[in-house]
Amino acid sequence: MDQIGKVPAIHPRPTIGRRLDATARAAFPAGCTVVLMLLTLTPFGFADQAQLLPAIALTSVWFWSLYRPLQMPPFVVFAIGLLLDLLGYLPLGVGVLTLLAAHAVAVRLRRALINRSFMVVWLVFVVVAAGGAALMWALTCALYLRVLAPAPAVFQAVLTIALYPAIAILFVRAHRTVADPARA
Amino acid sequence: MILRLSIPARQALAKLTLPVLVAASFGLMLLGKADALLAERLRVAAADGLAPIYAALSEPLHRVRSAIDDLHALVDVREENAKLRDENEKLRRWQSIALALDAENQKLKANLHWIPEPAPSYVTARVVADAGGVYARAVLLAVGPGHGIQKGEIALDEHGLVGRVTDVGARTVRVLLITDLNSRIPITLENSRARAIMLGTNGPRPRLAFWPEGSPPVEGERVVTSAEANAFPPDLPIGTVHYNASKVAEVEPLADLDRLEIVRLFDYGLHDAVTQPDQGVAHTVDRRH
Repeated sequence: MDQIGKVPAIHPRPTIGRRLDATARAAFPAGCTVVLMLLTLTPFGFADQAQLLPAIALTSVWFWSLYRPLQMPPFVVFAIGLLLDLLGYLPLGVGVLTLLAAHAVAVRLRRALINRSFMVVWLVFVVVAAGGAALMWALTCALYLRVLAPAPAVFQAVLTIALYPAIAILFVRAHRTVADPARA
Repeated sequence: MILRLSIPARQALAKLTLPVLVAASFGLMLLGKADALLAERLRVAAADGLAPIYAALSEPLHRVRSAIDDLHALVDVREENAKLRDENEKLRRWQSIALALDAENQKLKANLHWIPEPAPSYVTARVVADAGGVYARAVLLAVGPGHGIQKGEIALDEHGLVGRVTDVGARTVRVLLITDLNSRIPITLENSRARAIMLGTNGPRPRLAFWPEGSPPVEGERVVTSAEANAFPPDLPIGTVHYNASKVAEVEPLADLDRLEIVRLFDYGLHDAVTQPDQGVAHTVDRRH
């Protein structure tokens, strides 16, 4: 919404409908992240279904921090992280810190990555997902005061990396349509 | 937007948010560590809020799953039938033996003036969600409001022991499974009547430890609960002993822990036994209310 005032152009009058539209577009990244996270908890009965929740949260926060940082500000990332900790039965703060770290990396690399091909972004995300899973594992170990088996963390990293293309296709489409504030 | 700050001031503030929030997340870790009850209460509240959605979704999902299972079963219905007829015959022989033994048992108990154990009360609940996350093994059950379930009640499915109730909310109950890393269960090896401890590993089969010298667990031996420490009633079926590839004694659980749908919660009046925290935090806060 901030752009509306800044760009010297002819703007339509901000009626209630248009404002609602703009708000909905601005809230889309955070909203769809939360909805996807809740969907992963639906009892489908897959083995290791619990791994989906951190994978979706990390992918979503990474994508929107990279392509729509205004709609995924740090305090929204913080709230999503808290939700991840509560719903994912992680020690409090673990999901928050991991997602904030991913957000910081995305914002830092934004200029370098924004016009790159999908493959390059995915390759960078491989490192981010592996780092995120490792950070979660290390923090959980530290807070439980014991060394946990690293296999779930490895699986989480692999799952996150593998899920990225599927989620990115959906998000790229949304990014150009429903989440685009310029179209309000 | 409300505050009219100069652009450099706003930029400086924007740069500060992330470090402040990172610091806040460390603060959250400390808070979670200092007050384990807080995180637990928040989680129970979140689960209670979401339980109606899960409960509504879980029923059609269960139906779809059982429809798929039915389709699978249709394919090999002939073989299944032959197998069942065979098994039925065997079971009928066992039934007659069981009835004879039961009659004899009753007679002997009558002679001994045996004090009968009180029959436990139980409630049946549907499993609506996984409540373990990545580093724990637990399930969430949907129960009606005013259920009266307490911490420490024992969960069984139709085959054997599932776990224990660790958190109780208004509409949901969390059951820590026997495979969880923090699960420690006193057991009896059925053949030798030797006591041992079953340790959860987060893997599919818990390990056995601390059996007396001279009576190691035998492959295929049945494992049942022991009344030691008064956490469990004696002789609930758990599983069978199995030695894995690296010669470690494990228990193959009878309960279908990966696909739990319906669980019964038994009240044996042993609530005081649960004092262990379910999140593996090594603190000594007494969590009884």
